[in-house]
Amino acid sequence: MDRRKSLKLIATGAVAVPAALAGCATDDKKVADKAAEPVFNLDRNPDEVKYEKELLAKGPFFNAHELATITVLCDIIIPKDEVSGSASEAGVPDFIDFIVRDMPNHQVPLQGGLRWLDLQCFKRYEKPFKDCTAAQQIELVDMIAYPEKAKPEMSQGVQFFNLMRNLTASGFYTSAIGIKDIGYAGNQPNQWNGVPPEVLAQYKLAYTEKELKECISFDKEA
Amino acid sequence: MGDLQVKKQPKKYDAVIVGSGAGGGMAAYTLAKAGLNVCIIEAGFMYDPQKNITQLKNPWDSPRRGASTKLRPFGDFDACYGGWNVDGEPFTKEAGTDWMWWRARMLGGRTNHWGRISLRFGPKDFKRKSIDGLGDDWPIGYEDVKPYYDRVDKMIGIFGTNEGLENDPDGFFLPPPRPRLHELMIKNGATQAGVKVIPSRLSILTKPIENDAGRGACFFCAQCSRNCSIAKADFSSPNVLIYPAMKTGKVEVISNAMAREVLTNKEGLATGVSFVSKNDGMEYQVEGRVVILAASACESARLLLNSKSDRHPNGLANSSNVVGKYLHDSTGAALGGVLPQLFDRKRYNEDGVGGMHVYSPWWLDNKKLDFPRGYHIEYWGGMSQPAYGFAGSIEKMNGKYLVKGKQKEAGGYGASLKEDYRFFYGASVGMAGRGEAIPIASNYCTIDPNVVDRYGIPVLKFNVKWTEHEIKQAKHMKETFKEVMHNMGAIITWGGDDNESNNWGLSKPGEIIHEAGTVRMGNDPKTSALNKWSQAHDCKNLFCVDGGQFVSQADKNITWTILALSMRACEYIVEEMKKQNL
Repeated sequence: MDRRKSLKLIATGAVAVPAALAGCATDDKKVADKAAEPVFNLDRNPDEVKYEKELLAKGPFFNAHELATITVLCDIIIPKDEVSGSASEAGVPDFIDFIVRDMPNHQVPLQGGLRWLDLQCFKRYEKPFKDCTAAQQIELVDMIAYPEKAKPEMSQGVQFFNLMRNLTASGFYTSAIGIKDIGYAGNQPNQWNGVPPEVLAQYKLAYTEKELKECISFDKEA
Repeated sequence: MGDLQVKKQPKKYDAVIVGSGAGGGMAAYTLAKAGLNVCIIEAGFMYDPQKNITQLKNPWDSPRRGASTKLRPFGDFDACYGGWNVDGEPFTKEAGTDWMWWRARMLGGRTNHWGRISLRFGPKDFKRKSIDGLGDDWPIGYEDVKPYYDRVDKMIGIFGTNEGLENDPDGFFLPPPRPRLHELMIKNGATQAGVKVIPSRLSILTKPIENDAGRGACFFCAQCSRNCSIAKADFSSPNVLIYPAMKTGKVEVISNAMAREVLTNKEGLATGVSFVSKNDGMEYQVEGRVVILAASACESARLLLNSKSDRHPNGLANSSNVVGKYLHDSTGAALGGVLPQLFDRKRYNEDGVGGMHVYSPWWLDNKKLDFPRGYHIEYWGGMSQPAYGFAGSIEKMNGKYLVKGKQKEAGGYGASLKEDYRFFYGASVGMAGRGEAIPIASNYCTIDPNVVDRYGIPVLKFNVKWTEHEIKQAKHMKETFKEVMHNMGAIITWGGDDNESNNWGLSKPGEIIHEAGTVRMGNDPKTSALNKWSQAHDCKNLFCVDGGQFVSQADKNITWTILALSMRACEYIVEEMKKQNL
């Protein structure tokens, strides 16, 4: 059954939901994008190699429709701005697809949340979320993005959006684009010479004579 | 296994060591340097920090961005294989009791990822019963161990400062790193609360020292938990002890080898160790003039209890019936939050060393308190490398505090949200206590009569409960931390709501991963398993050099004392061999 059609039928109440859901689940082909397959570039012990091989052999978790929806949502949460690129530019959708394979506890909340979102959109706009206009998408997101002012009937959507926000932040700020954006300056050989003087001054702090005498210091000229 | 055979290694070693962490590594190093032939049996995988690298990787080098798995519970970059649960190696607990048991399964064990917090015990720590009437005194005192602490300081390297403190003795310290920004704020807040703050004492080389391991100085990446593959600047057993010891040609390592029993002869002396190889499933025996257990306090106790014979019907070295008893872990409690003055802070590299640059040794007098013994405080915070979980639950932050002067609605998305992430980054701060529990006979591990592991080895059953002493300590920790946080102007976001219903947030027994006491030493063979040389009363060529031998573990992480005592025991072994006593 065509996804659009089945959703439309659900929306109009023409079919029972469970049957339609079952139909949809087998409908879309799994995405098979080899270039996006995760690569482990760090020490792995033999048990991990085995576990991760099995994990990757399962292939992508989300179907094309779900992944497209995730991509739209990620880029609403973290769009391109004057400082850095967007979540999708940072590979966040692929990260989310991997992490749900690795952490199965996220699977039902995300998959179910995506469906919840589509049904909300279908009721309002007669289209699934990803095919709505940008204005419609934002209108819906505004109903679930603010936990303290969201209407009670949108509470499941709030939970879903909180999870999406957290996973998007995890994926984005651990990417090269995100690390640069957040300004993390470490993870490289250096000589720790203490808090920079202008920062000490900003906070009206100073090292004691004892600290200056006993701590390791490096001549910046050297 | 229809045709079960036991393969005997033809070579007889001077020493067979079970385990390769701090105790086993130091034993192998000391004995090999003295010219003895050594065989190390390690239950886990072979591991070489020079080849098995997670240091200086970027978050995206792990597709799960450093998140933990069952196989690496402290995260994907952490350098310890094993964890809270090991497949095929169960353990059990008595109903109504609790025990968390971290088992490393790799060469070097927990030393590959530990916190490098290297605290010598003080004079009081060996004589606690004489002071407060609880537990027992050690059969040795600080003066017995001091020369070995001194040599460990110089040989392995440690930074810190000589403060002249009575029970936190001076040592041979390299210069410590300057405090980070949040650590200066902690120092002020803690000092106001009467809590002493001094430079930490970590086994990290802030300057190169003379060594035979090709070690260099720390380059401040904060990643000691990943093991210093690049400079070998922190202490781990493989980098600093085992691979250098192997260079003598005197050390062989058998990895993936699960020890089954210590073998003994008719006279009751140890002759070697039997083990099952995880590689081929075969049974093996390896012989040695002495057998040295360094498998971790609980695994060493398990091995002894499983080594029954006509001469040792209650398990080896257990005529006293104390093996497995007096099991204790450090107490722990923690809380954390944010420092609003660090919102929107200037960016710079503040990685520093792996772990805190300052800490608080125990500072109070128990006569004025309602609990015995003390705790030290560890601190953290600042601008760390983002990983999985980064800035989680920002919806609980960005509606609560003004962001760049603006009141926002909690949650949100878009460019405004990106601004929030930048604004709050690097403002976290936290602290944890690590305290001394009282070792008691009723806290123990023993052999479960009904359960074996996948190799057919009977497993441990734990029976450990905290007492009022430890619970009151946790309460005191929380009260202290709240005061320090308040003085700093910090806002507590977690760990601040504990009360008596949850033991004031006291960690579970075992959770702090400082297991000790199960094979304790003492002068009286009726109440101890080992003598003051870490040598079994009942079996003179059997030694235990891990945390098992501890009578009590102070409010000091135990690794530095394990290293000193292992060196001491092994030099005794060499001398006794020279005298033909072993």
